[in-house]
Amino acid sequence: MAQPASGSVQVYAPPYELVREPLVANRRSVGWISDQIASVVEGKTPWWWWCAFVPSVTLLTTCMSLIAYLISSGTGVWGLAHPVMWGWAIINFVWWIGIGHAGTLISAILFLLRQKWRTGVNRAAEAMTIFAVMCAGIYPLIHVGRVWYGWWLFPIPLSQGIWPQFRSPLMWDVFAVSTYFTVSVLFWYMGLIPDLAVMRDRARSKVRKFAYGLFSLGWTGANRHWSNYEKAYLILAGLSTPLVLSVHSIVSLDFSVSQLPGWHTTIFPPYFVAGAVFSGFGMVLTLLIPLRTVCHLEELITERHIDLMCKVTLTTGSIVGYAYAMEFFIAWYSGNPYERFTFINRAFGPYGWGYWWMVSCNVLVPQFFWFRFVRRNVVIVWILSIFVNIGMWFERFVIVMSLHRDFLPASWGFYAPTWVDIWTYIGTFGLFFTMFLLFLRFVPMIAIAEVKAITPQADPHHPLGGAGGGGHH
Amino acid sequence: MAAPVSTNVPAKGTPYGVIAEFETPAAVLHAAEKVRDGGYRRWDTFTPYPLHGLDKAMGLKDSKVGYISFVGGVLGYTTGMIMIWWMNAVDYPILVGGKPMFSPFGAFPPSYELTILFGSFGALLGMLFLNRLPRLHHPLLKHRRFAFASHDRFFIVIETTDPKYSETETRKLLEGAGSKHIEMVDE
Repeated sequence: MAQPASGSVQVYAPPYELVREPLVANRRSVGWISDQIASVVEGKTPWWWWCAFVPSVTLLTTCMSLIAYLISSGTGVWGLAHPVMWGWAIINFVWWIGIGHAGTLISAILFLLRQKWRTGVNRAAEAMTIFAVMCAGIYPLIHVGRVWYGWWLFPIPLSQGIWPQFRSPLMWDVFAVSTYFTVSVLFWYMGLIPDLAVMRDRARSKVRKFAYGLFSLGWTGANRHWSNYEKAYLILAGLSTPLVLSVHSIVSLDFSVSQLPGWHTTIFPPYFVAGAVFSGFGMVLTLLIPLRTVCHLEELITERHIDLMCKVTLTTGSIVGYAYAMEFFIAWYSGNPYERFTFINRAFGPYGWGYWWMVSCNVLVPQFFWFRFVRRNVVIVWILSIFVNIGMWFERFVIVMSLHRDFLPASWGFYAPTWVDIWTYIGTFGLFFTMFLLFLRFVPMIAIAEVKAITPQADPHHPLGGAGGGGHH
Repeated sequence: MAAPVSTNVPAKGTPYGVIAEFETPAAVLHAAEKVRDGGYRRWDTFTPYPLHGLDKAMGLKDSKVGYISFVGGVLGYTTGMIMIWWMNAVDYPILVGGKPMFSPFGAFPPSYELTILFGSFGALLGMLFLNRLPRLHHPLLKHRRFAFASHDRFFIVIETTDPKYSETETRKLLEGAGSKHIEMVDE
């Protein structure tokens, strides 16, 4: 340790209990970070990749075949029946788009809050967002029934001279989801530019050098460029924060603007956003816990990262639990008999089992994350994260299924999915995992430049960064 | 450590500039301050990650990306509002539930999304425009050691077109700033 220069402030090391766990374990060098992350892309394709890729592509094919079957036959192949005219398609749409929320939350909101740990997980979470929104985007397109009129959703001049009707929240949804997808891709790509330049500079083969060179847009790492880049990144984070909060709010307006008991509530926007972040973190944990092991990235996605993500899951899960309680309270307090009946029917009616799945997975399961030994045990966290995903699917199931007993008992009905519903949904996992596995093999799954920037070696005012005479003699 | 390497690589054609390598962020930061104080204009530092404090050390002004993004956002919001008003109230009015033909509240969610959409394009394209990217060729990308700029090394490049550039003085400045590896870069 060098002697501090005269006149400078003497900084003492903090006591042991206050020392934070480093975000990159074992004081790895800046160069090691490049090598380790790039090795996932540069190495030979590992066996586990093929073991995951082949079933994924099979499921993707199933999904596409069933969509072709749906389009050629009509929505009768689904289990839709009066009064439940919005079945698994909307459930799966909301579920997938909710999962997408963690990526933008990590990349935008945690960036604005200066949470440095985001750098270890943001790239993979953003990729997850994009692929989840792709899976979600399938459903509105196919559940319109006559898919070949899907373009009527967009404000394009039609031969009839009629325009979309912008007083409908379904139109707002079109703008929200397409903006969300586009901005997520922009944000992800912008973060990738410096890392694609890293891959270009490391490339051995001509094809790789050309491809990474093309997509890195001639990035050199010049500080005049970084200066504009950092400002643009900050602005994108600032724009994505209201975006991520608005998208699931608008999705919830699809329900709450309608005049149906159980749907027509003002709590829906914040409740949907909290649930979306909750499910998104569930999926990030489900994906990254196995990946950090098989890709040998435990030193970059440390137990501290997982611990922190569990805390976010606990917080948002508890907000969701509060929303469930508040919904029940309002159903009673409003004095509206239809509202009251809907909620009692949700918990104790024919689909009551779905309600209790939802409550157990979303409210009870995250309570385990109060305990540090749970948050630090990756196997337990992984299992609990799967329950989070299941629970959030059931939340949308419960909301959509409240249609089955509406105002008049004469029009009550029952809903059951067909094999086409079920396998189309399972097939979307094929799309998701196919895209995710391709992502792993072609671009760095952790933001190399960003992780470098948070290490002490990167800080010019830290002794490891050469401060205090350590660098030049 | 070896003695300062000052092999004068024979330049083919006009050289692009002189490149100096540094091993730590602190070293490049202090060197940048010296180059700035030397009054150079056409020069830059190259780092594997955004190095905080370097903007000040180089004497850079605040980035102008924000203005471009702001224009994009304003454009997005007005596009949304005018589009919805014109489509639903002027070109083909449809009466729905006795609601007004145009209300800024109903038109707000799509306009809000367009604000973000156009603002984001403004930020990304503004960044690329200000950086003069994409660029398919750069003399530095041909330099054999420059690949380390994205790995773990730090470079300062002073272009030969800089009015204060002098083959001996500039090299002396960079050597004095602590660089042990100084070379010329061909155009």
